[in-house]
Amino acid sequence: MFAIYTRELKSYFYTPIGYIFCGMFLVVSGLIFSTTTLYAKTTGNIGDYFIYLMAMFAILLPLLTMKLFAEDRRTRTDQILLTSPVSVFGIVMGKYLAAITVFGATFVVNSFNFVLLFKYGSPNLASIMVNILGVFLLGAAFIAIGVLLSSLTENQLIAAISAMGVNAAMLLISLLAGNIESTFWRTILKWFSVIDRFIPFTNQTLDVSAIVYYFSLAAVAIFLTTRVIEKRRWA
Amino acid sequence: MIEITDVRKSYGNKHAVKGISFEVKEGEILGFLGPNGAGKSTTLNIITGYLSADSGSVKIDGTDILQNPIKAKKDIGFLPEIPPLYLEMTVLEYLNFVYDLKGCKLPRKQHLKEICEVVKIWDVANRLTKNLSKGYRQRVGIAQALIGNPKVLIFDEPTIGLDPRQIIEIRNLIRMLGKEHTIILSTHILPEVQAVCDRIVVINKGEIVANEKTEDLINAVDGSRKLVAKIVGPQEEVLKAIRSLGGVKTADVLGKRDTDSISYLIESQDRVDIRKPLFALLSGRNWPLVGLEGMELSLEDIFMRLVGKEKEKEERKARKGVR
Repeated sequence: MFAIYTRELKSYFYTPIGYIFCGMFLVVSGLIFSTTTLYAKTTGNIGDYFIYLMAMFAILLPLLTMKLFAEDRRTRTDQILLTSPVSVFGIVMGKYLAAITVFGATFVVNSFNFVLLFKYGSPNLASIMVNILGVFLLGAAFIAIGVLLSSLTENQLIAAISAMGVNAAMLLISLLAGNIESTFWRTILKWFSVIDRFIPFTNQTLDVSAIVYYFSLAAVAIFLTTRVIEKRRWA
Repeated sequence: MIEITDVRKSYGNKHAVKGISFEVKEGEILGFLGPNGAGKSTTLNIITGYLSADSGSVKIDGTDILQNPIKAKKDIGFLPEIPPLYLEMTVLEYLNFVYDLKGCKLPRKQHLKEICEVVKIWDVANRLTKNLSKGYRQRVGIAQALIGNPKVLIFDEPTIGLDPRQIIEIRNLIRMLGKEHTIILSTHILPEVQAVCDRIVVINKGEIVANEKTEDLINAVDGSRKLVAKIVGPQEEVLKAIRSLGGVKTADVLGKRDTDSISYLIESQDRVDIRKPLFALLSGRNWPLVGLEGMELSLEDIFMRLVGKEKEKEERKARKGVR
C-alpha cells in the first residue's frame, strides 16, 4: 500500500496536475477569503467563506481523483497492481490517501490566511478550527466519491465531470430541500445534504453525528470502489 | 509448479475459455500457442489473478490464487501483452516502485542492477519510459517481472512488435531464464516455441487441442518431410526420376526462379530421409543439385492439422451417436 501511496503522490508532481491543483486552490481560496472577510472588514460572516470553499472543492477535487483508477485502466498499468501481492483495499487506500495528502497539505498552507485576521482583530479561534475540520472532512468525502467515479471509467474526463456533478448535487440538494413542502421528503433530502450537516460547525459546535456522517460517506465510497474493482475481475 | 484445473471463463455469451486443464512442472518452459483470440491472454490473466475464472482452480506451487492471492502472487512475475509501464517515471524509478510494490526483500541496489544488466537496460536506467523504443519498453516489462526473483514467470507474447535482432535477444534471454525459473510463454509464432520451449500447449477457441513435448508435437503432426530442391536439368526427366525414387510421396515443380535451375517440392513418406538417395540419384545422372532445404512447418500447418483432427473426431462421435 505504501508503495502505491508514494508513487501516486510523486506522480501528481511528475505531471502538471499537482501544481495546477495547488495553484488554483490557493488563488481561488485567496480570492474568496479576501472578499468574504478582508474587504467585508468583518469575521462575522466567516461561515460564508467556508460555504464558498465547499463549492470550490466540488469543482477542484475531481482534478485530483480523476486519474487515480481511470488512467491505470486505460494504460493497463492496473495489471501490475492487481497481479502484485497487495490487497485491493490496499490499492484503493494507497491512492485515496495520496489524494488526501495533496489536498490536506494545500489546505494547511491555505489556512495561513487566517493568520492575517489575528493581525487586525480577534476572531474566534475555536470557531475557525471547527469550521476547518468540518470542511476538511467534507473534502475527504468528495475525494472518496471522486475515487469511486474514477474506478468506473477509463476516461479521466468522464471521471472528473461526473464527480463534479455529484459533488455539486450534494451541495445544491439543501436549496431544493428548503423549497419542498412535504416534511417527509424534506427530511430525507436534508439528511443527504452535506451543507445541512455542516451548519453545526459554523455555530462552533463539534457535531459528532456530522463527523460520523462525513466519515461514513467516505467509507461507503471507498468500500464501493473496492467492490467495483473486485467485481471487474469477475465480469 | 503451476496446476490449472478445468478453468472456464465467459464474457456474456462468449465462452472465452472452455474448461482448460494443464500442468507445468518445475523448471519447464511451456509454450502456450494459439491463434489470435483463442483465449491465450484470458487464460494467462486468470493464472496471474488479474481475472477470476467462472469455475476451476489455479494453483501456484500448491497455493490457490483465489484463496490465498497474496502468497500465490509473490511467486509470479508477469509480463502482460502491453508492458504495464508508468510512462511519466524513469526506468529506475519504475523498477524501484515495483520492488516496493512486491515487498521485495533482496538487497535493493544490487538486485535492480543485476536485473537491468540481464535484460540490458542499464544504459537507459535514468530515461523516462515514455521516451523508450518498443524493444526497450518490452525489456523494462521483463525486468519488472524478474523483480523479487519469482519462481514462476509468465510472458504474454513477449516478442510481438520487435525487430528480428531483438526477437533473438529476447528468446535467448528467456532460454537463459528457463534454467532457474518455471516459464509460460504465450505466442502465436511457431519457431519461437520450437526454439525455446520444452513442451507445447495449443489452444483454439478456448479449448486445448494439444499438450505435448515440442518434438513429439511437431513429429506427430508432420511425420513426413517436405524438401525444396533446386536442380539443374531437364524438367520432365528430373521429375520422373525423383518420383520413382523409393520413399518419395509426391514431387512437383515449385517454380523456376534462377536462369538454369528449377525448384521442386518433394514430400517424402513418414520418417524417411530421402536426402542421401536424392543426391546419389542426381549426381549419377549428372544433374547438379544447387540447393536443398527443408520446408519449415508453420503454425498454420500444425494448427490446421490439429483442428482438422479434432473435427474428424467430432464427426466420428456424431456418426456414432446417430447409429
